[in-house]
Amino acid sequence: MKVELQNLTKIFPSRNKKSGGEVTAVNDFTFTIPDGMLVGLLGPSGCGKSTTLYMISGLQKPSSGKIFFGDEDVTELSPENRGVGLVFQNYALYPHLTVKQNIMFPLQNLRGTDKLSKQEMQERALEAAKLVQIDELMDRKPSELSGGQQQRVAIARALVKMPRVLLLDEPLSNLDARLRLQTREEIRRIQKETGITTVFVTHDQEEAMSISDMIVVMKLGVLQQIGKPQDIYDDPTNLFVAKFLGTPPINVFNGKVENGTLYIGNDAVLEVGGVDDQPVWVGIRPEGFTPDDNGALVCKLNNVEVMGRDVSVVSTHEASANPIVRSIVNADNKIDVTAENIKYSLKPHKVFIFNKETEERIYFEVK
Amino acid sequence: MENNSNSSLKVMKEKDIRKVASTQKVAKVFGQILVYTFLGIMALIVLFPFYFMIISSLKSLEEYRLAVPTLIPQSWKFQNYTDILIPFEMAEANGWVGTLVSPEAATNDFDLFTLFRNTMFVGIVSTILSLVITVLSAFAFARLNFKGKNALFAALLGTMMIPGELFTITNYATVMTKGGWFPTFFNGLGNMFGLFGPDFRIPFVDSSFAALIVPFLVSVFYIYLLRQNFLQIPNELYLAAKVDGTSDIKYLCKVMIPLALPTIISITILKMMGAWNSYMWPRLVANDDAHRLITNGLRNAFNDVSGNTDYPRQMAAVALVSLPLFLVFIFFRKYIMKGVSRSGIKG
Ligand SMILES: Nc1ncnc2c1ncn2[C@@H]1O[C@H](COP(=O)(O)OP(=O)(O)OP(=O)(O)O)[C@@H](O)[C@H]1O
Ligand SMILES: [Mg+2]
Repeated sequence: MKVELQNLTKIFPSRNKKSGGEVTAVNDFTFTIPDGMLVGLLGPSGCGKSTTLYMISGLQKPSSGKIFFGDEDVTELSPENRGVGLVFQNYALYPHLTVKQNIMFPLQNLRGTDKLSKQEMQERALEAAKLVQIDELMDRKPSELSGGQQQRVAIARALVKMPRVLLLDEPLSNLDARLRLQTREEIRRIQKETGITTVFVTHDQEEAMSISDMIVVMKLGVLQQIGKPQDIYDDPTNLFVAKFLGTPPINVFNGKVENGTLYIGNDAVLEVGGVDDQPVWVGIRPEGFTPDDNGALVCKLNNVEVMGRDVSVVSTHEASANPIVRSIVNADNKIDVTAENIKYSLKPHKVFIFNKETEERIYFEVK
Repeated sequence: MENNSNSSLKVMKEKDIRKVASTQKVAKVFGQILVYTFLGIMALIVLFPFYFMIISSLKSLEEYRLAVPTLIPQSWKFQNYTDILIPFEMAEANGWVGTLVSPEAATNDFDLFTLFRNTMFVGIVSTILSLVITVLSAFAFARLNFKGKNALFAALLGTMMIPGELFTITNYATVMTKGGWFPTFFNGLGNMFGLFGPDFRIPFVDSSFAALIVPFLVSVFYIYLLRQNFLQIPNELYLAAKVDGTSDIKYLCKVMIPLALPTIISITILKMMGAWNSYMWPRLVANDDAHRLITNGLRNAFNDVSGNTDYPRQMAAVALVSLPLFLVFIFFRKYIMKGVSRSGIKG
């Protein structure tokens, strides 16, 4: 099921009428989720991800804008008529019911022609449980399950109605690192198996990059960029997106463009065509540095962290906006750890420049 | 040298530890003895009235009147119980008088059956109605959004500041005023407002029973208690249920009530006990033979013409009447404890 959001806006009225200060949680959001895709909704805490999800599910009414499932306008539809499955951050399992009863709960509200017999409900519940591999835990209570198992029960409960759209609100945030990896693979697998259009909310960019077909980056309720994870990483539209994606994070420098040359501090690092003279932010991905004795960018070497195939070089530069400059280079590059400075040449496609004021990307021609 | 001093230090330490440990043990044992002695004495003090009730109920009136009370009855008079339990006509018909039932039972004015039936009726009806009201209002205050919710709740809590005795007067005026709305309505309800003729009566529906039940249906404290319990249920459960199309009332029945069940059971038991034990209000509004409740029945009965009370038989009746409560306590101890400790703030 294709999901389309048109100019979706959500404004929360302020509690205190006099002081004003209403919150625009989601601001003029427009995008389309193609059928059968897993979309990662990514952004820092409080940027309106949950609000967007609640509006798609129908739990909150948009202040303005429209929501379409396929060609059907569902904006005014109540949650139960939309056919969505929702998995909450804290799972929200009914603590007094067994796993089986939890999974069967949504089926008990089906009316009219959809109404199921007890037998059918049990079969459907078992089917959903098998999909998430918890069919052996059916008679336990949620308190007797591990976090990962609870999470899978929550997914089974969301899937059992065969929803048209599956919505997951930071479903992995309560899990430990290992379980998180494992569960996100699981979600990926389940999504591929069922082919249900899925929206997955997270503030962890690594998580979003690893499982999503498409990423939507948000900031303060405003959509920043939509695209395939690799495309967004390789081609961020603004400084926020560039900084938000990637581990280790991108290195940001104060720089300027003069006569077609990009300067970081006093180092003339790159020829950039088609850019007017101006002060800029320069973002360089950690893998964009190549140690080079003739390189233009001179950094003070701090230390080298060995990671096996690669090494991570920690250095400083007076024009850097961050305390350190971290680069990831191939271990074959023999680096003299005792040297005072390290010189880099830059890979042009790993270098992004942004307008100093608007922080929008400035595209340049590589010469 | 260093090693030596180190090891001696260690030995000292071990010694110290042993010493401290043994003192600790002694202190602990001593403390336990104190605690248990205290608890034992308190238990004796608490239990003594019950013991006295039981032995008194088995004495003859003469023995009961001895200047120095006996701690164990000289002769066990079980007739005190059978006199109450077996209706005199039945005993007469079967020729039990003089053996199983004493001849004095002929003047027995304690109608256990009627009192019991009245009390059960009032207790069960008021508990059920009051539970329904409590659950629904707690739900509304915890879950629904309506204008003036907080102000209304604050006002309700405010009524808890007013001592119950003050209500007694106004309530009395409300329920007893001849021709007032209360008696008119409930007596009218009893014969369906004359719909089926003037002689039609629904049993147990009249203004006296209503007076015993209606004024105490709303308990602000229980509403507050349950609302707090409901508020602890995470909001996400409600949202999850909404996504699945669960109606409010179904959510209440299937999720909130089961989750708050311990509190609801506590409330039920406390309410039942309250109905069973109430004395003053029933005495004021329903002290006739048809409506009298058990506590007042106990107080009124067993007096002879000269005003002397037959205490042993009264004690036997009290023991019989306490039995259901005693059983309830045995079976639901866990919930009562919880309920009492929760309502402890109210006293
Ligand atoms: N019911 C509400 N009333 C008023 N403001 C709200 C309400 N719900 C959310 N907000 C505000 O809307 C903004 C977005 O909230 P939202 O819950 O969507 O953030 P989020 O992206 O899900 O954050 P997180 O990652 O921390 O869950 C926040 O600034 C929040 O304070
Ligand atoms: Mg959120």
